[in-house]
Amino acid sequence: MSADLAPRVRLPASARRGEVVEVRVLVQHPMESGQRRDEAGRLVPRRILNALVVRYLGREVMRMRLEPAIAANPLLGFFLRAEETGMVELEWTDDDGTIHRSSHRLNVAG
Amino acid sequence: MAETLPRRALVAAGLAAAMAPLPRESGATPAEARDLLQRLAPGAAREGRVALRIEAIVDNGAQVPLVVSVESPMTEADHVRALHVVADGNPAPGVASFAFTPRAGRCEVSMRLRLARSQRVVALAEMSDGSLWTASREVTVTVGGCSA
Repeated sequence: MSADLAPRVRLPASARRGEVVEVRVLVQHPMESGQRRDEAGRLVPRRILNALVVRYLGREVMRMRLEPAIAANPLLGFFLRAEETGMVELEWTDDDGTIHRSSHRLNVAG
Repeated sequence: MAETLPRRALVAAGLAAAMAPLPRESGATPAEARDLLQRLAPGAAREGRVALRIEAIVDNGAQVPLVVSVESPMTEADHVRALHVVADGNPAPGVASFAFTPRAGRCEVSMRLRLARSQRVVALAEMSDGSLWTASREVTVTVGGCSA
């Protein structure tokens, strides 16, 4: 079981319908590359977040496959087109099998 | 030879070795990076439509900001289907792959990379019409980020 990712998601306070807005996401995760050695010289096994799916209003916006070259505590930015007030959902898959989900409200005016 | 060195010198030498750029042979090669891109998106790519924003010289390879953007209206008829990023000097060449829908509105993503040594970062975009577009940037790394 992995610890909570404590996702911090930055969305605009409000968007206009049709406006393309940036979403910034920061999560807490060591993203162990499988290349690092501990004090005893043993390789620390790989454990990364290997996938992210982004949905808005229940429909997929983007999906990402992450490799060990993504730095610890991933900070990601991407865009989506605002349609109506609703939830932006993030779904991460950890190498250990854990699925992390979070929902974030996007307010759309007009 | 080594056993005649005092322990402190050995530790210092080990530390220096850990800090120094790793030899090229222990990482991916440009050929491996090209092969990976060919597997991910087979075909001939043209230069253009893709922009990589990354510092040319970075002090800390553990956290290297990268922004990749692709010129596209992101409509149902004309959008970016996939975007792949590779780095040709890390232990493995893969960095990230994205699949987009027109709902993204704009094809631009930002992330932070680990770069083990100086190398070339390559992005390849696959459009909805099947065309492939690419761009790359050479990055000089002073302290590698592989063990971070």
